[in-house]
Amino acid sequence: MNHGTALLWKRRALSSLSATRRGLPKEKMTENGMMSRAKVLTIDTINPTVKKVEYAVRGPIVQRAVELERELSQGMKKPFAEVIKANIGDAHAMGQQPITFFRQVLALCSYPELLSDNTFPEDAKSRACRILQSCGGHSMGAYSASQGIDSVREDVARYIERRDGGVPCDPDDIYLTTGASDGIVTMLKLLVCGEGVSRTGVMISIPQYPLYSAALAELGAVQINYYLNEEKCWSLDIPELQRALDEARQYCNPRALCIINPGNPTGQVQSRKCIEDVIRFAAKERLFLMADEVYQDNVYADGCQFHSFKKVLFEMGPEYSDTVELASFHSTSKCYMGECGFRGGYMELINMDDEVKAQLTKLVSVRLCPPVPGQALMDLVVNPPQPGEPSYDNFIKERTATLSALAEKAKLTEQVLNTVQGISCNPVQGAMYSFPRITIPEKAVKEATEKGQQPDMFYCMKMLEETGICLVPGSGFGQKDGTYHFRMTILPPSDKLKILLDKVKEFHQKFTQQYS
Amino acid sequence: MSVLQEISQNVKSIKQLDYAVLARRANQIQKELSQGVRKPYKELIDLCWGDPHSMDVKPLTFVRQVLAACVYPELMSSHKLPLDVRQRAQWLLGRCDGGSVGSYLAPTGIPEIVQRMSESIRRRDGGVPCNPDNIFISPGSQWSLTVLVNNEAPLRTGILTPVPCHVTTIMSIKSLGAAVIPYFLSEEHGWALQVEELQRALESAKGGCNPVALYVINPGNPAGYVQSRKSIQEVIQFASEKRLFLLADEVYQDCVYGKNSEFVSYKRVLAEMGPPFSDTVEVASFHSVSKGFMGECGLRGGYVELVNLDPNVVKYIFNLICKDSTTPVLAHFAMDLMMNPPRPGDPSYPLYNQVRNAAKHQEHVVNSLPGFSCQPVEGGAFVLPRVFLPPRAIQKAKEEGMQPDTFYCMRLLEEMGVLVSPGCEYGQKEGTYHIRYNIKNKLHFITT
Repeated sequence: MNHGTALLWKRRALSSLSATRRGLPKEKMTENGMMSRAKVLTIDTINPTVKKVEYAVRGPIVQRAVELERELSQGMKKPFAEVIKANIGDAHAMGQQPITFFRQVLALCSYPELLSDNTFPEDAKSRACRILQSCGGHSMGAYSASQGIDSVREDVARYIERRDGGVPCDPDDIYLTTGASDGIVTMLKLLVCGEGVSRTGVMISIPQYPLYSAALAELGAVQINYYLNEEKCWSLDIPELQRALDEARQYCNPRALCIINPGNPTGQVQSRKCIEDVIRFAAKERLFLMADEVYQDNVYADGCQFHSFKKVLFEMGPEYSDTVELASFHSTSKCYMGECGFRGGYMELINMDDEVKAQLTKLVSVRLCPPVPGQALMDLVVNPPQPGEPSYDNFIKERTATLSALAEKAKLTEQVLNTVQGISCNPVQGAMYSFPRITIPEKAVKEATEKGQQPDMFYCMKMLEETGICLVPGSGFGQKDGTYHFRMTILPPSDKLKILLDKVKEFHQKFTQQYS
Repeated sequence: MSVLQEISQNVKSIKQLDYAVLARRANQIQKELSQGVRKPYKELIDLCWGDPHSMDVKPLTFVRQVLAACVYPELMSSHKLPLDVRQRAQWLLGRCDGGSVGSYLAPTGIPEIVQRMSESIRRRDGGVPCNPDNIFISPGSQWSLTVLVNNEAPLRTGILTPVPCHVTTIMSIKSLGAAVIPYFLSEEHGWALQVEELQRALESAKGGCNPVALYVINPGNPAGYVQSRKSIQEVIQFASEKRLFLLADEVYQDCVYGKNSEFVSYKRVLAEMGPPFSDTVEVASFHSVSKGFMGECGLRGGYVELVNLDPNVVKYIFNLICKDSTTPVLAHFAMDLMMNPPRPGDPSYPLYNQVRNAAKHQEHVVNSLPGFSCQPVEGGAFVLPRVFLPPRAIQKAKEEGMQPDTFYCMRLLEEMGVLVSPGCEYGQKEGTYHIRYNIKNKLHFITT
């Protein structure tokens, strides 16, 4: 990287550091009455809920990682040759290859003149034509309907029906979204209301994906934590749900229960029985169920299987399937596609009151429409090449290769980490992460506390500085008091992952010794 | 009873659009036409939206070629695409993690692209410096409203918004629980923004809410005005005096047609006014890839430039954007293509230049017909003529429970197969009626 580019990195890295880290002068603050007057927007006048928003996945440790990259590129000597960002679930950034067929169709949609190019297979061309036909002016550059392109929603509905063994799906219940995050936040916006003791409470698993806590903080909703059981492979226990709910009822109005399956960061794949129990619980306690199922194709462990909440719901019969209100979220960012940059997603709403649906439709129209290329990609995900089509064999080959590589890496991660004394890793049954528990010596905990840092943040920062490996501390996701974890993705290519895991092992042993 | 029966009041307060009624009828008519039902017209013409591609304006070839090559890099090795396309695609892809448009976009955007954007902004503003650190990639302005709106304060946050104003802004403000403080643009003076009116609006808000920000749209939407430098100065002075945060919606900055009109950015005027204004007035300026002659609405790309904001506040804005990462990589690339188009000498330049010139020379003369009066359309994407409705029509509308201009639009739809939107959607002076339609078409109305 040349000097000019390195300077850019510096500027960008610095800009994303907190003001205090940058050591900015405080002259704009109103300490000195003679100085420049106070701004309209200060930390005292901005929306107070915004101050509570934190998002660990891109938090201070990542900012430090970016800074280290810059220093490396400037030739500064470090104990490592490169920074490895194992913090974020970004498959392509770690070298995973896109599905050729999807990219071919999207290229054809972007520049339809390519339809006359005979290097593109016929099935890609016909998919592209179909998508373009549904777009305004036959262009991906036109706005779509706020709920998403009709034909894409129909295709999504058919996919869901196939996936769930024939359980019917109405395209009208499908809303295309800008990634799953958009759908989740929109539903929360709809749900959160009330004041004081009747303020909406939302149950989320601990550990959880920090989008939920950040969104709840921003909306001023009450976060109700229910703890997953680490000893039982991060299982969800109904008594724990009940405990959390009963306590919460004293200070808020619990209305929703969020569950991530397969889990993030924990990687557990819930059993069918567990899903039934959760549904019964939601029905009994009259809770709106939010099922984050973006990792539905990422299931690796023997004996584990993805069961969609909707399918289980309908198989439980009309007592439940007619009454339990459920939103299920999916995305193009995970599974075997890994297309985070397209911001494609959908949510399916089951048993939603018509009037509420009308309000939701109104709410989504405020943001006009989800990105059209993402909608087109979602269409391909739910409508991939079929047996007999020219692209089928290659598609299956690519998909299988990606998913089996992930399965291998999941196993490898669990194996290696469990050979380290002081690290204990539950099986990575699904999703894209390991979330091992780490033992941090008392001395280190003390030093961290003196520094005003969470002990696992202290640990991860040290790991970053000494090995160049960027992980996210468990405190960013929530964990039982007195326990420490980190989240590491399984996404780096196998050979790199091996090296990574060995480095983590080495670091942990060194660290433990250093602070014993 | 549904668990969700009780929902957020903020959501409930978003008004249902009158357009929805018209759109439903339009859909029905469309169906009837396709079933062969006889009408005085063969097809429906929808002129409601500022969406060039759906109006059959072609996407820019250079843009689409680059995006295609970025999506499917195999295209870069063929010589079917011009050299500058391949080079640009290669450069853009090289800036992505893993060399793929499928990786996440950093919340602050790709540094090199943002750097180029800042240089482009500096050129636009005649040399006024632009700090890339103050540029945030975000589609739309809703997040900025989130930062401004304080629902824990004793008085509701108030935001001064123009009348007429495009709908999504009003909806966004309301959905966050803030109050809209309307200030009327002066139709007789070409929709001019008058400071006395701003003053009146501010006064009217006293005790009812806490005015925090002033939202301006330049060039305008739905009214097609382009603010003069003098007008912008007055607004800046007002904002400074009254301590208001300036939200400058400048997404139509590339759509200026009036012979004597020129787009000048709020930032430029602010800088040229010098201290104390240039150091103190806080501005958020918005731009987008949806408008201009690129018109890529479906990509959902835009940015905001923050001027004079407290660095501590910027830190929190960064957090918000991290959580809400909604900008696709392709949209970010489109920003680079919009702000750094082909240059003379590039293989793609001749075609690009041809299209750009054609767009500039569109005729925007609105025929003056009896019953209509229209201010000059200097910029933007729409025409907003005033319609003079006979008292009987107004009476009929009231009987049918419709706004008079919605009623007019409905009749226009039924009898001419033309769909336009009613002025009541955007706000208008009591007793006046307007319609809004897309500027890309010339239209001859026959009054009913």
